[in-house]
Amino acid sequence: MNRIDEKFQALRTAKKTGFIAYITAGDPNLQSTPTLVAALEKSGVDIVELGIPFSDPLADGATIQAASGRAIAAGATVSGVLDAIREIRKTSQIPIVLFTYLNPIYIYGFDRFHGDASAAGADGLLILDLPPDEAARNAELMKSHGLLSIRLIAPTTPPERMELIAKSAKGFIYYVSREGVTGEQANLSVGIASQVAEIKKYTTLPVAVGFGISTPDQAAEVARESDAVVVGSAIVRRIGEHGSAQNLPEKIIEFVKPIAEAIRNAT
Amino acid sequence: MSNSATINLPDASGHFGPYGGMFVPETLMTALQDLEREYHSARKDSEFRKELGGLLADFCGRPTALYFAERLTEKLGGAKIYLKREDLLHTGAHKINNAIGQILLARRMGKTRIIAETGAGQHGVATATAAARFGFECTIYMGAVDMERQALNVARMRFLGAKVVGVTAGQATLKEAINEAMRDWVTNVRNTHYILGSALGSHPYPMIVRDFHRVIGDETRRQILQREERLPDLLVACVGGGSNAIGFFHPFINDESVKMTGVEAGGDGIVRGRHAARFQGGKLGVLQGTKTWLLADADGQIELTHSVSAGLDYAAIGPEHSYYRDSGRIDYDYATDDEALAGFRTLSEIEGIIPALETAHAIAHVIKVAPAMAKDSLLIANLSGRGDKDVSQAAEILLA
Repeated sequence: MNRIDEKFQALRTAKKTGFIAYITAGDPNLQSTPTLVAALEKSGVDIVELGIPFSDPLADGATIQAASGRAIAAGATVSGVLDAIREIRKTSQIPIVLFTYLNPIYIYGFDRFHGDASAAGADGLLILDLPPDEAARNAELMKSHGLLSIRLIAPTTPPERMELIAKSAKGFIYYVSREGVTGEQANLSVGIASQVAEIKKYTTLPVAVGFGISTPDQAAEVARESDAVVVGSAIVRRIGEHGSAQNLPEKIIEFVKPIAEAIRNAT
Repeated sequence: MSNSATINLPDASGHFGPYGGMFVPETLMTALQDLEREYHSARKDSEFRKELGGLLADFCGRPTALYFAERLTEKLGGAKIYLKREDLLHTGAHKINNAIGQILLARRMGKTRIIAETGAGQHGVATATAAARFGFECTIYMGAVDMERQALNVARMRFLGAKVVGVTAGQATLKEAINEAMRDWVTNVRNTHYILGSALGSHPYPMIVRDFHRVIGDETRRQILQREERLPDLLVACVGGGSNAIGFFHPFINDESVKMTGVEAGGDGIVRGRHAARFQGGKLGVLQGTKTWLLADADGQIELTHSVSAGLDYAAIGPEHSYYRDSGRIDYDYATDDEALAGFRTLSEIEGIIPALETAHAIAHVIKVAPAMAKDSLLIANLSGRGDKDVSQAAEILLA
């Protein structure tokens, strides 16, 4: 069984909500990525989303855009990110979802990427600009080699598309809780519970909710209404602020641990 | 190539053979599908066509002239050269054809806010003009580098009531402006229509933008048949995203005797990072919603581009151009900055027409190929825009 499915099964048995944390691989540099993943795991993160940086991240806000720029400038490449995953796997079995745009993968070779990423120890892949209808129309974009295809559902997604997306999704559904790009928000969008319920009409997969969550209170609020909470930009911003500091992992643990506890204690 | 095969492109899912498609974040899929539906219904609506035709005639100044460039013909000593005068349109370039068409679609869809990207500022000015004419709130995204080299157009957009937002990310040109416009659209998709300005991006844009510019080629075809009683031998147009070229070429696609050449920006010459000629050292990839030829490094990161003309300074080419390049129906060449500047100068001095620096790339190609063509052959170049916006930049380079 895939590590993502195993993790959600364990969470279900324990009646707990999962915590998914996003960081951009290679930010501040590729050497620090395994250390940061270890810090996240130590903080209580259940699943790590690793962003493969792309020069034109049009679905991301300023924070992740800046992180992608830092990572590319520091020499992050697709194969470098796969090396970092191999390094992580020496000590950790935390589920890893790769999060990126199609072009870097397409130019690496779609089929080859899936084989290599899976062999390196990645578990899932979310390509922000590859909707399932487009994947289905291109035979060359159908390969998976054991990587679970994680799919997005947005507040603008009508029911008939939810069904289409759910059908091709594996692992979990990522519900983008608000219209817009990634980034922290003072107020979360309303109606998350009813949207999650709507999605569950079309799938038995767990539903993770993300986009804009940055505090323990917000995380707890979303945790009560979903199967997993995704936090990204808030962590990435702190990596940006403390990138050159010796104690970067400690700074990250300091920020992430209270969020993990809030999610674990939410009922 | 059969008529039906080419006329029916893109296919129902937005592909031109292996190119095109809808490679966008999920938040935009529904808006794009709504836009496609609305466009198909508008196209069949005689009221819509009538209103668009009226605006193109009375507000924009269509039909534009097909002008015989007598002195340029004499100087080059080969083909008989005609210029399709899109530079005479309201706002100074072909871009208004699409801006007016799309604003009517936005109104049909009940949107209240318009956004657009712009490179040279011509599409931004056209969109701001259409928004002013129809009373829409309007925001234009423009790279900070382009705002500097196209300052005149920035002032025009502001006079027209648009908010111009400078984009400083990356190389701060057209590509970054599109990223920022897409981010705005993802955030405000319910009340906002994005008037994309070239035959680029996700389906249905390459189709819609082409169709709104087809009027260029339709008029040209009628005019040359009237003047010369035969079809032209060669059509030439510059290609950034490729909107003026595809609108100009498309009505001739099934006329096998008519050759066509799209001219990309060769910048400082074909050296990585110093040009914007996607068919010279580019790769097949996916950028900003479409699968097409683009300039990327071995790791899939989009490469820096350079061109003296902001409107051609872009890393990807419209997907339909990739299709016709493969099929061999359209040839593609490039002109360097220096060649374009020479074209700019020649047309100004010999014909009394100052072309846009984008258009000057097409003129450069005419200067290159016309002398070797037979004297009774017919060449038409699309004079896609006028050069007022480029005067200060060109003066800095040419009069220094």
